[in-house]
Amino acid sequence: MSSRAFKNPISESVPVRWTLIFIVLAFLALFVLTPLLIVFKEAFGKGWGEYVAALQEPDAVSAIRLTLLVAAIAVPANLLFGIAASWAIAKFEFRGKAFLITLIDLPFSVSPVISGLVYVLLFGANSFLGPFLKSYGVQVVFAVPGIVLATIFVTFPFVARELIPLMQDQGTGDEEAAISLGANGWQAFWYVTLPNIKWALLYGVLLCNARAMGEFGAVSVVSGHIRGLTNTMPLHVEILYNDYNVVGAFGVASLLALLALLTLVLRTILETRYGSELSAGQKH
Amino acid sequence: MEIRVEKIRKEFDLYPALHDVSLDIKSGELIALLGPSGSGKTTLLRLIAGLEQPTQGRIFFGNEDASYKSVQERNVGFVFQHYALFRHMTVAENVAFGLTVRPKAQRPPKAEIRRRALELLDMVQLSGLEKRFPNQLSGGQRQRVALARAMAIEPRVLLLDEPFGALDAKVRKELRRWLREFHDRTGHTTVFVTHDQEEALELADRVVVMSQGKIEQVGSSDDVYDRPNSPFVFSFIGESANLPVTVEGGAVFFHGAPTGLSAQRDGAARLFFRPQDVSLAQEGPCFTGPVTSSRRLAGTRIAEVELGSSDQPCHVEIEVPLDAAASNGSVLSFRPTRWKLFY
Repeated sequence: MSSRAFKNPISESVPVRWTLIFIVLAFLALFVLTPLLIVFKEAFGKGWGEYVAALQEPDAVSAIRLTLLVAAIAVPANLLFGIAASWAIAKFEFRGKAFLITLIDLPFSVSPVISGLVYVLLFGANSFLGPFLKSYGVQVVFAVPGIVLATIFVTFPFVARELIPLMQDQGTGDEEAAISLGANGWQAFWYVTLPNIKWALLYGVLLCNARAMGEFGAVSVVSGHIRGLTNTMPLHVEILYNDYNVVGAFGVASLLALLALLTLVLRTILETRYGSELSAGQKH
Repeated sequence: MEIRVEKIRKEFDLYPALHDVSLDIKSGELIALLGPSGSGKTTLLRLIAGLEQPTQGRIFFGNEDASYKSVQERNVGFVFQHYALFRHMTVAENVAFGLTVRPKAQRPPKAEIRRRALELLDMVQLSGLEKRFPNQLSGGQRQRVALARAMAIEPRVLLLDEPFGALDAKVRKELRRWLREFHDRTGHTTVFVTHDQEEALELADRVVVMSQGKIEQVGSSDDVYDRPNSPFVFSFIGESANLPVTVEGGAVFFHGAPTGLSAQRDGAARLFFRPQDVSLAQEGPCFTGPVTSSRRLAGTRIAEVELGSSDQPCHVEIEVPLDAAASNGSVLSFRPTRWKLFY
């Protein structure tokens, strides 16, 4: 036997490995962990009492409420749009399919500020639709409907993007089997398609929700920043910070950070337990 | 239930997958659609099922025009190539699915559905596995669950798409025999698609040989093997050799030399024969050439013989007796005993 150690062709030497690991860890610590810690440090900087008081302040409460309301509308809406779009794209052949897929991705490629601005131009005071709706007493821009619309637009791709590759990979065999056994379209969807995609759907909803609650750019443009009325949590954080209310700003921010952590934990659980059912092409 | 396919044409994006195909399937018959991939055999099966719509033509179930009926209305049992079992349902739930989704008025009570599902599982010899999930079954077991599931709706016809395609050779053979027995017991009109000629010839009452969206020949195993009616069928089914020949004055010539064969019609033709349908010749006009390779195949020997001129050689494989001198380079003379000319 040769005394030379066998070198695994796809591994690196020890110093290289440790250097790489160190770089990654240092990067994570600097850019992810430190900001997260600072959020909580500042939030609790003047003690637990101040923290709780900051969160109970009426404007903060209304910001939290608004954020929950917006998410409660935007997430189910995008759940339905997402399922409908991916169902159509993955299970049927039609003209303009590639265009539709591109369209679904549009919110990812457009700056959120631009998407907010589009709604201002579409529904604002000097627009075509704005005065018309206003004559019926509907205010879109600088009000809750505008915030909901902007949020739906920005979070539109999450569910669809998660489902399309999975459903395309699963193909139409199961559905064909279901209808050949006498099921109607709805039954095929409910008993066969939905159970096949449920974990991926949950995953998409989770990401969609996180983004819906955290969206700043698009919402900032359409909101008008009316305290206690049209401020969502991220907007409220900015206002408080600009007012030098550090505890208040970071207090609200800590809730968003907690949401992020919760999302992360749920994501990890989903990925480890149902990884094969989440991504396309791994297992059948 | 008889099925009549009348001048069916199917185009996918203007590319024709089937050209004016007509076929009569008798009641209670086990029929195979056999062909290479791209021959349109699966498309024909899916058209019968109603999973595809014909561009033109009609399909009759008995005397009833089913051409524009939906899959659900046609009431066919379809077994998919990869089974398409519902992975989140147990075996029993899979089998019961067709009954569970019936409208309330036609749906049997729960206990009855369960009883029928268990009965079907018993029929496909899977009793005791009803609580398993599809991924806990072997390929052959999944195949039988798929069959039981299709039978649960009491279909008028049974359609199987490459039923044994995804199984290993041994299970394939077992299931093949089993399906034949199953068919004889239940008496359903059964159509199955396969690219495996051995499977088709062994299993089916009649074989439909298809190529490039057309039916080449319909007949019993004996018909398509012994009396192929086209060069395609002759070369697709079983082993065969073919040579370019010319017929002049009733005699068949190969490369200008008489072959000892005679034919009625003059002209250029292709001579087809099977490797085992030859006899070695000692004298007289025949095919003669050097052996380029030979191999032992079970009880016989197959020799590859080079015929014709050296600049345009034709290679044919023939079966020779084990004691014949057929080493490389030795010259063999033979004459086909059964053969067919296609002009």
